[in-house]
This record gives sequence, structure tokens and C-alpha cells, in this order.
Amino acid sequence: MAHPVEVLSWICILVGSLFVIIGGIGLLRLPDFYTRIHAAGITDTLGAWLILLGLMLHEGFTLNAAKLATLLFFLLATSPLGSHALAKAAFLRGLDPLQGRELADRHEVDDSE
Amino acid sequence: MKHSVALFTLLMAVWLLNSGHYTPLIIGFGVASCLFVVWLARRMEIVDDEALPIHLLARLPRYLPWLALEVVKSNLDVARRILTPGRPDVSPRLFDAPTTQHTDLGRVLYANSITLTPGTVSIRVHGAAITVHAIAEDVADSLLEGGMDRRVSRLEGEPR
Repeated sequence: MAHPVEVLSWICILVGSLFVIIGGIGLLRLPDFYTRIHAAGITDTLGAWLILLGLMLHEGFTLNAAKLATLLFFLLATSPLGSHALAKAAFLRGLDPLQGRELADRHEVDDSE
Repeated sequence: MKHSVALFTLLMAVWLLNSGHYTPLIIGFGVASCLFVVWLARRMEIVDDEALPIHLLARLPRYLPWLALEVVKSNLDVARRILTPGRPDVSPRLFDAPTTQHTDLGRVLYANSITLTPGTVSIRVHGAAITVHAIAEDVADSLLEGGMDRRVSRLEGEPR
């Protein structure tokens, strides 16, 4: 029988990986650039957090776990910056986001094909 | 001075965590390089409330768990939207969210909290409003209810 903490660590890593995959599926399925940023957001937040948490549980109270904790902190501080920089660059270059109604119109066109 | 001590402590903590070699000589190098960076930062006049918001530290433990829970909830929501069979369940919207913070730091914290939460990305700040892109109408509506805005303002504290 494996140690309970070890089991918890594996659950965190596997669920985190699942969220990373969902983020990837989102990149493929969502209709435009701006909505895809939200999918990348899943990979950046819950996916990465759970994998790091799983690794920390695996390490226990060691220097490596403390390093992983600082990694978590820097990820928390920098990942929104990256998403924002992408969105702002696209917006300033004049890329218009698809909005609720336009999206519906586009789907109607798709359906008639 | 308070800020310089805080900066030195932070740098030293990062240095000790990443070094792993604890002999007097190596730690001496660490102390010297951290002092050098603090001196550089003071020379550049970037050691202030904005670079090191130590006045927020006491209230941060109340805000961060709430934010983490929000992020988890919206992760599940966006994951559901992505995995909806047929067509992803999205109705994107671009809108201006009003802010009630009274400092640039407060607005930055609010904008970053918005971006960190999947389903909403802040695109730009103009005046007191933040232009936000939301993945769906109801995600936008729940942001406009202002719960996060109020909590960031509380974290920011009273005008000083």
C-alpha cells in the first residue's frame, strides 16, 4: 500500500495534467484569438498549480519543496503579465474580438454550408 | 529604510533558497551581492511603496485564498465551456469595468487579478476603467457585479 501523501501527490499531478490537456483542447476548439487566451489561462493557473503542488507533496519538507514554492509565487506574478501583453498587443494592432452576436451570425453561415 | 530592509530580506531569502551551499564564504558572497543590488535599486530610486508594497502584507492573507478559490471556480467553468459537446459554450464580450481603487498599484492588482482568473483578460487601463475581454456574457456580468473590485479596494486600504 502506497503512502497516502504519495497517492495525493499523484492525484494532484494527474488532475493538473488533465487541466493542461483541457487547455490544449481549448486552443483548438475556441473560435478566435481572444477566447483562446482564456484556454491558455487554464494551463497557466490550475494546470501548473496542481502539478507544482503534487511535486511539493512528493518532496515533503525539503529545500526543493521551498524552491517549488518560489516557482509558484513567480508563476502567480508573471503569468497574467504574459496573457495581458498578448491581448494588449493584438488589441492595439486592431484585431477585433468576435463578440456574442457576431459569433452566432458566423455559426449560421457555417450551418448553411 | 523600511523598504530597503524588506528588499534585502527578500533578495537574501531567494538567494539562500536557490544556493544550497551554506559555507561562510559563499553566504558572504550572497550578502555582498544582495547589498549591491539594494544600493543599485536605491540609486535608481525604485525602492518605494509601489515596488515593495509591504503595507499590503498584513491584508494579503485574506485576499489570496479568496482569489485562489475564484481562480479554481472559473477554471472549472471555462473547462466546462471548452468541453461542451458540439460547439464550445462561448459568447465573448468586450466591455469596460469600472474601478474604485485610488492608486495605480491598486488598479494593477485588480487588472492582474482579472487576467489571472480564466475567462476574463484585462486588455488596457484607461482612466479609472479597465477594458476587459470575457469568454461569455454571464462571466462578464459576474465581474461587473464588482465583488472582486471591492475586495481589491479593501486590500489596498484607505487613502494615505
